[in-house]
Amino acid sequence: MTTTDATTETTPTPGTQPRRSLRLGIAGPVGTGKSSTIASLCRALAQEFRIGVITNDIYTDEDARFLRAEGVLPGDRIRAVETGACPHTAIRDDVTMNLLAVEDLERDFDPLDIVMVESGGDNLTATFAPSLVDAQLFVLDVAGGGDVARKGGPGIGRADLLVINKVDLAEHVDVDVEQMLADASEAREGRAVIGVSRKRPETVQALAQWVRELHTEFLGGGHTPQDPGPMAPHFHADESDEGGFFHSHDENDTDHGH
Amino acid sequence: MPALSSPSSAAPARTAALLLLGDGRLPAGGYAHSAGLEQAIARGWVRDAPSLAEFLRGRIHTTGLVSASFAAAAQHRTAAALKSGDLESLGSALAELDRELVARTPSPSLRRIARDLGRMLLRAMRSISPAQQPVLDAAGPVLQQPIAYGTVAAALGLEARDAAGLLLYETAATPAVAAVKLMSIDPFATHRCLAELAPELDELAERATAFAGAEARDLPAHAAPLSDIAAELHTNHDQRLFAS
Repeated sequence: MTTTDATTETTPTPGTQPRRSLRLGIAGPVGTGKSSTIASLCRALAQEFRIGVITNDIYTDEDARFLRAEGVLPGDRIRAVETGACPHTAIRDDVTMNLLAVEDLERDFDPLDIVMVESGGDNLTATFAPSLVDAQLFVLDVAGGGDVARKGGPGIGRADLLVINKVDLAEHVDVDVEQMLADASEAREGRAVIGVSRKRPETVQALAQWVRELHTEFLGGGHTPQDPGPMAPHFHADESDEGGFFHSHDENDTDHGH
Repeated sequence: MPALSSPSSAAPARTAALLLLGDGRLPAGGYAHSAGLEQAIARGWVRDAPSLAEFLRGRIHTTGLVSASFAAAAQHRTAAALKSGDLESLGSALAELDRELVARTPSPSLRRIARDLGRMLLRAMRSISPAQQPVLDAAGPVLQQPIAYGTVAAALGLEARDAAGLLLYETAATPAVAAVKLMSIDPFATHRCLAELAPELDELAERATAFAGAEARDLPAHAAPLSDIAAELHTNHDQRLFAS
């Protein structure tokens, strides 16, 4: 495993099982605020829960350095996994690096309550495999455009929680936050959506409360990991004589133009 | 009633298991590595298809032959333990191989990377092939990658020659596939390099297989000093794309 922190000098002891934490994935496109969402959650929850973080970066360990600099957790509870320019692979097709990183963290800091895994910023189609996380957040931001929530896809449509971030910027980018939240709720068929700004404490509290409730559900055995699934079948208009066609493709496909 | 005809050979070739293990899509974390190529490009040692071909050729004759020999030796020991039903002594036999391979790897970074890749392969196989849990547990959770491959190969019923061939191909294919993300090169050109190495890879696999039953201390010890230096330089390379 390619942590930059040389995590495993000692041989793991077989037979001793550390506590199984709630494993929470945070996915979403580049620049929407995944790292700062994790920083906010750590600030809000660090007094109640023992938390660890795994970051995934395209280049080296930039996100781990950011989180350490924020001082939200002891630095050694934040570990970076390098994903060889394939952040989507590391959370879905080949989760072994991240899975071992989570298991190592749970062992080294046993008992941990929550381990957050931050995906490297990718496109709208990247979601976590259920073998890696118990639940996942998908993070969008208003600055990416008010229409993004309507575009759907597995993360937007079926992640356990959709975070619409940076709502304080809405007026500067001509986005109607209420409309964007309503569009998101519709795309998600009623699954949870929260508008967040780190400058508005009540929104961060709402996010933290969602995680608290999830953890309670997880401890009670009431939470079953849901796979948002690969990219959903979707409709292409006017690309054939029949006036369009449905197709689906897995996430190894590169984005096509829609 | 006529008797059924007996199979012509003792055991059929396990082609599918070999392909499963050799498939670059096997979810065991290998995709994040360039096997030293990124640093070789950063230093200007590799610039184009001809120098890439030379890089790969140098690698298979040094690191490749050593890794393949250790994989064959690990397969041999694991297969023997499975055949005799005595998994008790497997851990110490593999640990001896592990020490010998570590002693042949001067770079601390390369030792760490091979250990991490070995751990990932063993971890992945525990989930992929739960029926092999006893032998994987006996092998231990931490082994250098070539030894882990040899053990996993034996667990899947593969031969020493399979393990050696697999390691040699991996040795060349990992950097070759990474090349298209690291330099201006045609993906057909990278695979042409691999195709042209095929006869040499097969020949080296034969040589490596001959060491399967040898004493650990007698296994090959070819060195590639620039690879060791590149691995150490890469650790401090700030804008790297690949972990190694």
